[in-house]
Amino acid sequence: MNQASQPNDSPAIRIFDAENMRRALRRIAHEIIERNRDLGALVLAGIPARGVELARRLAADIETIEKVNVATGVVDVSMHRDDVRRRGALPVVRASELPLPLDTRTVVIVDDVLFTGRTCRAALDAIGSFGRPASIQLAVLIDRGHRELPIRPDYVGKNLPTARSERVRVRLEETDHEPDGVWLVKSPNEK
Amino acid sequence: MNTDWSRKDLLGLRELSAEEINFVLETADAFKQVGTREVKKVPALQGKTLINLFIEPSTRTRTSFELAAKRLSADIVNITASASSLTKGETLKDTAKVLEANHADIIVLRHGSAGAPQFLSTHVRASVINAGDGAHEHPTQGLLDLYTIREKKSRIAGLHVAIVGDILFSRVARSNIFALLKLGARVTLVGPSTLVPRAFEQLGVAVTHDLEKVLPEVDVVNLLRIQHERQRKEYFPGLGEYIRLFGLTKERARLLKPDCLIMHPGPINRGVEIDSELADGAQSVILDQVTNGLAVRMAVLYLCSGANGS
Repeated sequence: MNQASQPNDSPAIRIFDAENMRRALRRIAHEIIERNRDLGALVLAGIPARGVELARRLAADIETIEKVNVATGVVDVSMHRDDVRRRGALPVVRASELPLPLDTRTVVIVDDVLFTGRTCRAALDAIGSFGRPASIQLAVLIDRGHRELPIRPDYVGKNLPTARSERVRVRLEETDHEPDGVWLVKSPNEK
Repeated sequence: MNTDWSRKDLLGLRELSAEEINFVLETADAFKQVGTREVKKVPALQGKTLINLFIEPSTRTRTSFELAAKRLSADIVNITASASSLTKGETLKDTAKVLEANHADIIVLRHGSAGAPQFLSTHVRASVINAGDGAHEHPTQGLLDLYTIREKKSRIAGLHVAIVGDILFSRVARSNIFALLKLGARVTLVGPSTLVPRAFEQLGVAVTHDLEKVLPEVDVVNLLRIQHERQRKEYFPGLGEYIRLFGLTKERARLLKPDCLIMHPGPINRGVEIDSELADGAQSVILDQVTNGLAVRMAVLYLCSGANGS
């Protein structure tokens, strides 16, 4: 519910417009190519909903740059979360889709915002239930800090120092039907 | 993405909206996929305790709930009528209170009396899931039937479904009727007039006693078991008579559209409701129903348990 509310009730600072976002993703795509010699073994696995769209864009970028088709997938974390009860409404559960077997694959988890790290931990568990990938990496559009677990991203669109009470608002054309952008929303009224 | 599912109990499909029913079916899609993983278990209900309280005998429903709970990592205890203190004179309410004192989070209840789960739900904080109450409702069976139809036909709205047999005593029929109508299907009930009284028309379904007339028109035929345990002799003259008029024989099956689904909630009386060969044939989705039941029950346990915590 929080995420859907409009920014006009509390002051919001724009961090990314569509062009900044496009550049950040393009850079991440280059970094992924640099770090992974065998792009055929790669799977870009997005966490619903925005991570799935970001994974699709990264795959398209890699294809443009290297003329290689990169596999994409979906990792649904809602059944693997440890904080379902603390979050109020239940998240919608989606089916995970990963190319099997994973044994020789490198899975890149893709999400919009990295915060406590608990979503990422749940994603690691979810991937583990499909098999044992050769390695797993993490790509995020925004790293806002406040980690509660020993997890760090391999690829970051932007490091954004935040206060815990602030919110990071990401909008993507395909998932939100609004122009691409990232905002930092100051101390929301409802808290 | 959040839902507005807010029910801690699943007592029947009559009180659910079309949106809620669709939401359970969509959630079940995700849980069905868990069954294809190398590790067929997710931690969603870790630390939760589920009690299967089956006051009426059941193998498949109890097993399905037990497997569903295990795949969600819940702890599970099975209590059957003969093993419960109900035989020692304890009331259902007291039994439930005792279960709750043992920190049960979910109680799955099968009971011979209509309304027992509803009664229980007003007395305990735990989630109550109806696993069949008398001739009233069997909501998870209704949901898995809908899920199977939706999976095979990619839609529910506009389909014509025949439910054949012992409608009067069937909770499966009632749950199916409520849910199918809400999602926009047409329903025709078929059977002897003693078991399919015209009064059912008030629910918004058609009633007929002529099976062969209906078969060419329908997209799904759902055959219900003749419940010998609830029958008294006067409802129909004998099994031979029933088979002759309402059994799905090989000859009758030729009247069906080639893509018509044959369903049966089980256990099957081979040679009574359905010819053995048809039950194992290409149009039969009887085993898909079992597999889907697991996914649907996982979704129901997940949703009700989640709604109870927040």
